[in-house]
Amino acid sequence: MDRQDCQHLLAALGEYIDGTLDEELCREIEKHMAECENCRVVVDTLRKTLYLYRVEAQEESLPQEVRHRLLARLELEG
Amino acid sequence: MNESEKFPSFSLEALRRRDRQEMSRLVEAFSGVVYRLGMKMLGDPQDAEDVLQSTFLKVFEALPTFEGRSSLSTWIYRIAMNEALMILRRRRPEVGLALEEGNDEDDEPLSKPQALVDWCCLPENELLSGEARRVLDEAIRKLPEKLRTVFILRDIEGLSTEETAEALGLSETNVKTRLLRARLRLREMLSEYYGERVKESGLYG
Repeated sequence: MDRQDCQHLLAALGEYIDGTLDEELCREIEKHMAECENCRVVVDTLRKTLYLYRVEAQEESLPQEVRHRLLARLELEG
Repeated sequence: MNESEKFPSFSLEALRRRDRQEMSRLVEAFSGVVYRLGMKMLGDPQDAEDVLQSTFLKVFEALPTFEGRSSLSTWIYRIAMNEALMILRRRRPEVGLALEEGNDEDDEPLSKPQALVDWCCLPENELLSGEARRVLDEAIRKLPEKLRTVFILRDIEGLSTEETAEALGLSETNVKTRLLRARLRLREMLSEYYGERVKESGLYG
């Protein structure tokens, strides 16, 4: 991650991952990644990081007893 | 997907006259996400339940003054986040204005990624083992508040940049900068853990 290209990639990484970066810059980044193993690893592990958080979050559900206490507190039972 | 499309629509008029059916629908639609936000922000089921209850009490109390400038969901997220931050402050009064912590100012250059082990090849059951989940949760809580709030709304709850900016009272540029910092920090923290797993498994090198 020492080259200027790598720094360049880092700054645009958020938008690249979100798919909101313009096409020309995307192509530049992809070209760079094909040549730079370190940047490829950073991008891949970053994507995986976000994926894991999404999967984990989807599994978090509201416990039934917490739901009941909420409805009781709001006087919305029954 | 836009946040407002993820939830059903509600009659503000019915909510304001405290129509029980409409209030129940609102609670059903949002209680899961508010609880999750509390868990991710605070990491404790009792604190998350406090966030949940106080958020809905505030929502119903403040509905008459809700002007509809932002979507109802963004407004609820804002209230929930404020409740979570209030509990954080109460719990750690010594930290005071932690939101303005000195490091990670938005205009500081991004720090160079350090961890460069590719751990994407680990099997899913290892990536999401019980131990790994604890690492994921701890890593979020190690983020400075101002990065954590943005990460939770954008990447966990899936709000848009604009909605996150609205919910947190930030500019969209700030949201983007903080989000990238949060993501890179989390990647470093997870890489420490998963990098070790890769080395143990002999998949590396």
